[in-house]
Amino acid sequence: MLISGWGQYPDAEAEILNPVSGDALQRNLQDEDAKSFIARGLGRSYGDSSLSSTVISTKYLNRFHSFDDETGILSCDAGVSLDDILDVFVPKGWFPTVTPGTRFVTVGGAIASDVHGKNHHNVGTFCDHVLSFRILIASGEIFNCSPSENRDLFLATCGGMGLTGVILDASIRLQKIESSFIEETTYKAANLKECLELFTEYRSATYSVAWIDCLKQGKELGRSLLMLGNHSEKGGYVDLKKATSSIPFNMPGFCLNKYSVGAFNSLYYGRVRAQIQERHVHYGPYFYPLDGIGNWTRLYGAKGFVQYQFVIPKDAGLEGMTCVLEKISQSGAGSFLSVLKVFGKGNDNLLSFPFEGYTLALDFKVSPRTFELLDQLDVIVHDYGGRIYLTKDARMSDRVFQKGYPEWEAFQSVRERYGAVGIFASLQSKRLGLDVEH
Amino acid sequence: MKKILIIGATSAIAEATARIFALRGDNLFLLARDQERLSVIANDLKVRGANDVHTWAYNASGQHDNETFFANAIEQLGGIDILFVAHGILPDQKSCEASVEHTLNAFEINATSVFAILTYFANIFEAQNHGSIAVISSVAGDRGRQSNYVYGAAKGAVSIFLQGLRHRLAKSGVQVLTIKPGFVDTPMTASFSKGALWAKPEQIARLIVRALDRKKSVVYTPWFWGGIMLIIRLVPDWIFHKTRL
Repeated sequence: MLISGWGQYPDAEAEILNPVSGDALQRNLQDEDAKSFIARGLGRSYGDSSLSSTVISTKYLNRFHSFDDETGILSCDAGVSLDDILDVFVPKGWFPTVTPGTRFVTVGGAIASDVHGKNHHNVGTFCDHVLSFRILIASGEIFNCSPSENRDLFLATCGGMGLTGVILDASIRLQKIESSFIEETTYKAANLKECLELFTEYRSATYSVAWIDCLKQGKELGRSLLMLGNHSEKGGYVDLKKATSSIPFNMPGFCLNKYSVGAFNSLYYGRVRAQIQERHVHYGPYFYPLDGIGNWTRLYGAKGFVQYQFVIPKDAGLEGMTCVLEKISQSGAGSFLSVLKVFGKGNDNLLSFPFEGYTLALDFKVSPRTFELLDQLDVIVHDYGGRIYLTKDARMSDRVFQKGYPEWEAFQSVRERYGAVGIFASLQSKRLGLDVEH
Repeated sequence: MKKILIIGATSAIAEATARIFALRGDNLFLLARDQERLSVIANDLKVRGANDVHTWAYNASGQHDNETFFANAIEQLGGIDILFVAHGILPDQKSCEASVEHTLNAFEINATSVFAILTYFANIFEAQNHGSIAVISSVAGDRGRQSNYVYGAAKGAVSIFLQGLRHRLAKSGVQVLTIKPGFVDTPMTASFSKGALWAKPEQIARLIVRALDRKKSVVYTPWFWGGIMLIIRLVPDWIFHKTRL
């Protein structure tokens, strides 16, 4: 069957295995030992990280094991989604400590991507709140991993893009909340400098993220809206009916151009009239605005789109970001959703993306011009000592990868130690030179 | 808080439905062949909010003299508000055509065992004058087709049985719900290639719970299968026989 990541680019033929239990999965591995596998949850990584000739779907590994309502520690299968966790635990007053911008990711996927959220500057990544997990490795053995037990495998698996084995289940820590609502404050920033200053000024906010208008140049370069959020005590636990509008088909690719994106950006920026706007908003639209629009990726047309997210160190901040934004606005390639965030300190995981600095996420529809632009951005990001997020990547070269992730050799040696090389592999790992093409 | 007994509780549709019951804080009693899988599911349902979850191993095929067994289950559950019958197999049509044993075995599991269960529970519900009996039949039971009439015959028999039971229990105020799913993407149908008509078990489960809440008699899940099957039933034989359905 033909599958792709969330960006609809690239696609690949794959045989999908749907094991109904850990035992069934062990048998799958033994049956097909000649092939290479990659685990796949809800397919929300954008590029080719969950593509392989044989894909292990975790859709039937989706059960909760236990929950301790004193400590907030939840044990569940790797295929349990944040959507499921939110439905069950928000009414009980608990919330994922770290959540990405979609609720349709699995716990296994969140570990493999070591995802981050709008509170990275305070609490770090998803894996910083993973107490332990069990992983099935190539030999068919199952290992318990935690920051103290089998630490090498833990550090390689957290953020390891599924390249060490298949995560079976995990224990994660949820945070206590007092209601389903967020107190959101939005600040207008006239340019990039102002935006970065606001980030620093309001670093005590639980959540912070900025939407940025990538088409503006000159004095307005980096015009943005900084959105801060804190969990509210008011409003009670309310289940908002999930919005279900949907993009029914692929839009013609030409619909997204610098004029339509420019018009959207002006409306979006202009929507916020006051310099400071405050809202009491449900967690759904606050954290997952796009989940309300099914198949929103179809806006980019049938060829799909690529996301590009990079981080550069703090000291390179204003200068590096300015350099990147100038390049993009000059190119006129409209990025519909451009999101800027300040990261806190990184962790010890070998391939985790975040480190202390500034991160920008952009998306572009697939075209030769886009790839040309991204190659140029790669050079700038590298010059400032940055790296590119593997979960969103579909096109980075092995050289760019190795420069961005200096621990890649340590990662590879853990994979060798646990027999993973060539067995757990994706189109991405082959492109990045971690596995060889057959 | 409802008291709900589920037979065939490890099936994908039954499990998805039980998750909705669990979120509502219901009391659940789960029966299925595989005790190990039952306990995994029971743990999950408890975390989701089920008030209490009991499990017993139970094999629907072979023995139909289960009165004491069911009576004990109802006692443990503290009464019964909903019986949900969801067990079944999808027999291979070709191997049934080649084997009397396969054909009768499939009918035994999909139909005879359901009759046995319903015969017992009908009397319980009739005597208590309230509650709901929900059974998974199938659109396959609406018209015999060459590709799966052994499965279809059993599901058709179940639908007729339920129709009669509904007639009988109407005066007792007991709901009898016939559930007719179309194509559902479950481990039972893992080998089929899936097109636009396929639904997820979670979607079927929501429709089942809604039909229970609204005291429906027959529900096609999703709804469009009602229209599809109406057409399939109306097509005259001389055209139907030219199809490969």
